[in-house]
Amino acid sequence: MPIRKVMKANEAAAWAAKLAKPKVVAAFPITPSTLVPEKISEFVANGEMDAEFIKVESEHSAISACVGASAAGVRVFTATASQGLALMHEILFIAAGMRLPIVVAIGNRSLSAPINIWNDWQDSISERDTGWLQFYAENNQEALDLILAAFKVAEDERVLLPAMVGFDAFILTHTVEPVEIPDQEVVDSFLGEYVPKHAYLDPARPITQGALGFPAHYMEARYTVWEANEAAKKVIDEVFEEFEKTFGRRYHKIEEYKTDDADIVLVTMGSLAGTVKEFVDKKREEGVKIGAAKITVYRPFPVEEIRALAKKTKVLAILEKDISFSIGGAVFADTSRALINEKEKPVVLDFILGLGGRDVTFENLEEIVSIAKKAIDGGVEEEVYWIGLRKEIL
Amino acid sequence: MAESPFKVEIERVKKEYSEKMTPGAVVYLPGSSVVNKTGSWRVFMPEFNRDKCVRCYLCYIYCPEPAIYLDEENYPVFDYDYCKGCGICANECPTKAIVMVREAK
Amino acid sequence: MAVRKPPITTREYWVPGHAACAGCGCAVALKLATKAFSEAMEEKYGDPNAFAIAQATGCMEVVSAVFPYTAWKAPWIHVAFENAAAAASGVEAAWKKLGRKGKILAIGGDGGTADIGMQALSGMLERWHNVVYLMYDNEAYMNTGIQRSSSTPYGAWTTTSPPGKYSIGEDKPKKWVALIAAAHQVPYVATASIGNPFDFVRKMKKAAKVDGPAFVQVQCTCPTGWKSPLEKGVEIARLAIETGIWPLFEIENGDFHNIKIQAPGGGAKVKREGGKIVAIEFKKPIEEYLKLQGRFKHLFKKPEAIDVMREQIKAMWKVLGVEVTLPKPGE
Repeated sequence: MPIRKVMKANEAAAWAAKLAKPKVVAAFPITPSTLVPEKISEFVANGEMDAEFIKVESEHSAISACVGASAAGVRVFTATASQGLALMHEILFIAAGMRLPIVVAIGNRSLSAPINIWNDWQDSISERDTGWLQFYAENNQEALDLILAAFKVAEDERVLLPAMVGFDAFILTHTVEPVEIPDQEVVDSFLGEYVPKHAYLDPARPITQGALGFPAHYMEARYTVWEANEAAKKVIDEVFEEFEKTFGRRYHKIEEYKTDDADIVLVTMGSLAGTVKEFVDKKREEGVKIGAAKITVYRPFPVEEIRALAKKTKVLAILEKDISFSIGGAVFADTSRALINEKEKPVVLDFILGLGGRDVTFENLEEIVSIAKKAIDGGVEEEVYWIGLRKEIL
Repeated sequence: MAESPFKVEIERVKKEYSEKMTPGAVVYLPGSSVVNKTGSWRVFMPEFNRDKCVRCYLCYIYCPEPAIYLDEENYPVFDYDYCKGCGICANECPTKAIVMVREAK
Repeated sequence: MAVRKPPITTREYWVPGHAACAGCGCAVALKLATKAFSEAMEEKYGDPNAFAIAQATGCMEVVSAVFPYTAWKAPWIHVAFENAAAAASGVEAAWKKLGRKGKILAIGGDGGTADIGMQALSGMLERWHNVVYLMYDNEAYMNTGIQRSSSTPYGAWTTTSPPGKYSIGEDKPKKWVALIAAAHQVPYVATASIGNPFDFVRKMKKAAKVDGPAFVQVQCTCPTGWKSPLEKGVEIARLAIETGIWPLFEIENGDFHNIKIQAPGGGAKVKREGGKIVAIEFKKPIEEYLKLQGRFKHLFKKPEAIDVMREQIKAMWKVLGVEVTLPKPGE
């Protein structure tokens, strides 16, 4: 029987790792993720987890060791955030290019400068072009569930890509919630053992991994990463279905909430989706036709699902905790790209908010709704709206 | 004279060789570089005088390619398919059993 | 006539058809290193193939593995420039969990080891991974076209240490990574040279056989970067040993008080106390080494710079606990 425990998302991630039984974990402490390697150390120290835990001297070496271990043919896990993920950046491309299904838990945190340890999504959003799959959790249960799902998707032979699972700094990483921990045997049968056919560093079958690609071959190598990302879309659907059958909880690449007759849909990710859904309930009571959508899978970007959602509404308001300078938010750019050639499309608005741990309040959401209402009649005043900005100190 | 161990390899590589892109651009054919005949780089070629050879193996040890293998009697044999003509073997040969000569092309 | 058996295995893990320059000293080192490893694994585990290689970006990486070809017949991985030691740590950890016997060989050039890979190397040694790190030291960034590294010796021309009106060439003495590695008190650290292949092979085998981390720094001639004659690669490396430029030593468990020094040959007079070498009187002036290389050509117009080099070499030997005398030409 699954057990319920009250725990932080960091602990949920460590539990997910324990259940997934990676043979190697290589990690380096960083706020707000530190509790993940701490908890895994405990599991290993108590003999509850049979993993080799490499206490590396940097995140760069953490991911490099993960690449080495994964290339040798074992399941691998690590956790990081913010500057740590940025330090991994170079190797993230390599992990994807070498098709190594490493899973990384990210306590989504802002990037310096100024140095700031609180939540936004700039860290993992900035890695969107690395070829990694990206999942974002709304709560601690999702953090655990999505890590298990990520392993299954990543290791699928049609995919073979690394995956990161993000959950918001402090809002989730350090906040306790009840989490259901599935049975080990159930997880074992869900995930199976990882026995790669493509990467193994075995003296009995010597292969060369990480060769130089000349112009005659590089583009095809990159194309296969593109194809794997495309293939992941279907695999994720399948895995989410199987996940529901196995564990009873249903996930979607985009989860819609009260969108069917909505004039305005607030699109967001992570824990903010919880706040937004509550807000939608309140506005519905006031008679405002509003809905919400949560992007659970950001890479591969759910283009089809965005298009289906767009057909239902007049305004898509993208609420995001990241910036792509001079463009707006990355989710906004991706959503716009999904809709660019659609004949009929809603107004798409971009709202930057909650950077570096700034609270997102109902007041902020009210402001967004009033801007969205005006936009229905063509009143788009700004290309990018900064919400909750303290103009008085600028 | 013993056949070059690398020639045997060429046959294997040619049979199994594929240019097809693999997941992760992994190369599954160990030692497949033997099909690249780097002997075409050569300007000077080593000429070997078996009578002077004392089988000290220095040329065999030093050849960076390696383009030198040993025959049944452990005399060095030069595989000109790969020899780039650097001349280390001749320079190090204690009995001058190897000399470098400009190659007529 | 009874013929000696070949002094090293005829198994090849580094095969021809690679694109290393003609006369590449690093290629000699890698060929011998893998053969030595194979012998060590056979002797220790009964399996000559019980090893995998994790290699840093660099000359020897780009010339040996070009999709869809490889010059390697051992399991081999390249990840990036600065992380061969970290990647090797991961491979080793995975092997441990897979219950696979054997040892991991990490390979990096001087740039990938002394500079950008220093941190990962230190981490790997400190964490006590069962890895041998081989630093093939050709004393500059050759893969990018001969830029100075911290392992470039004093006085050397490189494209980023050109001699000029205000420059003697590289103006810092060479950084000795082997000494830094030994400070980790790992079981085995050694310097070696392609100028003494038997010593190199012996050290690689010893490194491969110890339980825990080991580090070997091997000097490799680079005719392209050193502007030296192709055929003189081994001779130059030998002269580096014989003139005092390149010390051959072994440090076990970080015991700096008991550094094992190998006699340099070349007529050098060695003084021992209690079995330990405490002084060396070199007979060949360093000029014999320098004059064969275009990278030092400009020094002959400023002989005082060569004297500076002599003082630096003496200081380096002092760190090793050896008093040396270095002759000037004609002395």
